[in-house]
Amino acid sequence: MAIIEQPLAIGTGRAPEVRSPLGVFARPTAKGGWRSWVTTVDHKKIGIMYGAAGLVFFLVGGIEALLIRIQLARPDGSLLSAETYNQIYTMHGVTMIFLVAMPLGAAFSNYFIPLQVGARDVAFPRLNAFSFWCFLVGGLFLSSSWIFGGGADGGWFAYAPNTGVAYSPGHGMDFYALGLQITGIASLVGAINLITTVLNMRTKGMSLMRMPVLTWMLLVTQFLLLFAIPVITVALFLLTFDRRFGANFFRVEAGADPLLWQHLFWIFGHPEVYVLVLPAFGIVSEIIPTFSRKPIFGYSFMVGSGIAIGFMGWGVWAHHMFVSGIGPLSVTAFSLSTMFIAVPTGVKILNWLATMWGGRLRFEVPMLYAIAVPAMFTIGGLSGVTHSVSPADTQQTDTYYIVAHFHYVVFGGIIMAFYGGFYFWWPKIFGYKLDSKLGKVNFWLQLIGMNMTFGPMHILGLQGMSRRIDHYSPGFGFEFWNLIVSIGAFIIALSVASFLVNVVLSTVRYKRGLIPPAGPDPWDARSLEWMTASPVPEHNFDEEIEVRGLDEFWHRKYGYDKDHKVVRIATGEEVAHKGDNKNVHLPSPSYWPLVVALGLPLIGYGLIFNLLLTIPGAILLLGGVYGWVMEPPDDPNKAHGHDDHDDPSPGLALASVGAEEVGNG
Amino acid sequence: MADVAVATHAPAEHAGDDGHGHGASTGISNTKLAMWLFLGSECLLFGGLISTYLLYKNRIAEGSIGPKDVFDIPFTSASSFVLLMSSLTMVLALSAIQRGDERANRVWLLTTAVLGSIFIGGQIYEFTGFYREGLGYTTNIFGSAFYTLTGFHGVHVSIGIIMLMSLFVRSYRGHLHQAQAETVEIIGLYWHFVDVVWIVIFTIVYLIP
Repeated sequence: MAIIEQPLAIGTGRAPEVRSPLGVFARPTAKGGWRSWVTTVDHKKIGIMYGAAGLVFFLVGGIEALLIRIQLARPDGSLLSAETYNQIYTMHGVTMIFLVAMPLGAAFSNYFIPLQVGARDVAFPRLNAFSFWCFLVGGLFLSSSWIFGGGADGGWFAYAPNTGVAYSPGHGMDFYALGLQITGIASLVGAINLITTVLNMRTKGMSLMRMPVLTWMLLVTQFLLLFAIPVITVALFLLTFDRRFGANFFRVEAGADPLLWQHLFWIFGHPEVYVLVLPAFGIVSEIIPTFSRKPIFGYSFMVGSGIAIGFMGWGVWAHHMFVSGIGPLSVTAFSLSTMFIAVPTGVKILNWLATMWGGRLRFEVPMLYAIAVPAMFTIGGLSGVTHSVSPADTQQTDTYYIVAHFHYVVFGGIIMAFYGGFYFWWPKIFGYKLDSKLGKVNFWLQLIGMNMTFGPMHILGLQGMSRRIDHYSPGFGFEFWNLIVSIGAFIIALSVASFLVNVVLSTVRYKRGLIPPAGPDPWDARSLEWMTASPVPEHNFDEEIEVRGLDEFWHRKYGYDKDHKVVRIATGEEVAHKGDNKNVHLPSPSYWPLVVALGLPLIGYGLIFNLLLTIPGAILLLGGVYGWVMEPPDDPNKAHGHDDHDDPSPGLALASVGAEEVGNG
Repeated sequence: MADVAVATHAPAEHAGDDGHGHGASTGISNTKLAMWLFLGSECLLFGGLISTYLLYKNRIAEGSIGPKDVFDIPFTSASSFVLLMSSLTMVLALSAIQRGDERANRVWLLTTAVLGSIFIGGQIYEFTGFYREGLGYTTNIFGSAFYTLTGFHGVHVSIGIIMLMSLFVRSYRGHLHQAQAETVEIIGLYWHFVDVVWIVIFTIVYLIP
């Protein structure tokens, strides 16, 4: 990385002080161009980068899915060899869950948690940047396995002992174990950061029960990550030690118990399901009230059922293992807990319907998605409840019925909600709406495509078609539905393409002035993120907002007349901040989060190929941490934010230096 | 409403990781809250490792080297005592910096780091002895589980020592004052946690047959 030599423009007339405490980097100062993205600590830019990276990986995972569907479209498909097919379906699952759904959830968390609680930024802006870079290098590391001899091939839940060197001799599983370890660091650091933000950075009057449902759901998500990630960290370490250093954790001949992996993986893996779905629930809970022009029905039940899902999510993991021989008592207990966890989810679905009931519905594109989510998720949820009936589950395990179930949950629930979120918040993030006609084309293709793809899988599964087989012979009655499924997959692909076309077209039209700026509040919405300019200025809000109730922004726009009828008292434009305050103190950008993150994949490659490589990796990591610690969070020499202002006192800067060490420990 | 006076220089406006809890809604500063959350997460890390050890410790083949063959409980008790005493010196270091006594703070920080190092030295000595007696990392399932669990703890202690020494050097250079007592407190939290985990590990691994 180049050392920036140009002097800082300081208007104070003070002599320049030491700018780079370790003499390595000058404090980054770029306001635009790629450098401003690489060094940013702004939660909004980080959120956008999470979203962009997630979408790129979405295309990668989608191509893998299409390869699977081409292979299975006809009997005796021969596009992929059995080995390649194993890698493709494993990497499809790993990519979609860890590199698409998780970062997209992180994108919404990063962008909207600080805005919805009325904060300037997250609690630890540089740690936030570190989380993103960790995720990105981890994802790229994982994907680089395609170059270095092939992807992981043990399925996304990687059951032992299949993943041992004996049965998976390539490097794919090593990339899996180490890559997920790196993205796990990203999730863990992000969780600590965002929980601290929600608990500590709320604006005046923003009590916990005045927070929007989205923020609540994201908070529960972060708690789930906080406690679930260390469990998979253990599992991945054990796997790595087995594969790289000859340990015996999953070698059955040495007395190992293959169930250990299953338990560790699913104690992480089931909360992980809620990590994915709770952000989606939160998004839907923001969109539906806005387009029903009603407050959310049963706010406290909505929050409470989210928390209940967070707790109960820890007590159902073994329902993934009903056929693993865990004993009748365990099966009964986990059957019951699995039935119970459907209750809080049902509460949420009821509340969404009750919010729409009697509302003045506007069927804009985000609302279409938000309505589709409860519908599709209910199908997935109900087939999930059929799994809790363990005798039936024994029949369904490892068939396409399972594949149908979790795709209705993940695609019908989560991905659809994220699309709704994109259309809903696009004007907030970029300043203009996406085209609504193309958006509707996108939506209907998506809905038809996903039902054509995943609906028939129920039938195939009940007919006995196993998941993960690379081909099937003619004559089993699988031909017709498999062809329909494959056609459906390409309709989904078409729908994704229409989304990308929409993004490009709308951006071009906006740049040419063909569509007007959206303004701060294009949907007549309810929560604080709409109470500032669009796109959101770097400092978020011009002044601290004092909150007096739930849906604060809406209550500033609407009041009651003498007959107690709701009347508009102000427009969103009048209430929202103009975003032109130039005197806000913001955290300074930094190179160090990227430097520290770059050390991790080097250590990963070192563990796989040559231990010598771990040395530069460790140096980058440790040196980066020290550089980070020595660099004050706020550049004392720079008048940043927008214009000149007083520097923070040196004591304050030093205090923060010391305190930073903790975050890195 | 947008014409309310703007007070952007107030500390409460200060977004950032300055660790002093500006606008801390809970009353706990950001960094301390973050450390507590991190330690909560660590509980599950060690929980997973301890479960693995418990599952595997008795699964060795007949005649293979096991816990009874290698453990030297008096020796490990002594090094455990050293580690526990380091928690006392850590508290003394914090109390010193809270009083503003920087010299005593340095002395106790260094003592804590030295006690931690003695523990690590003891662990290395112990591991070497076990290895000579025939218990390698790959020898059997007990060896893998034992070295992984205690090794993870040892790495945690070592990171703690590095942080203590960093504090010591900062103090020596005159960068650690009474106003930064919370930094010492937060690193102390980590140190005590690692000690408590050792009590659990020592009991489960060494004392319970």
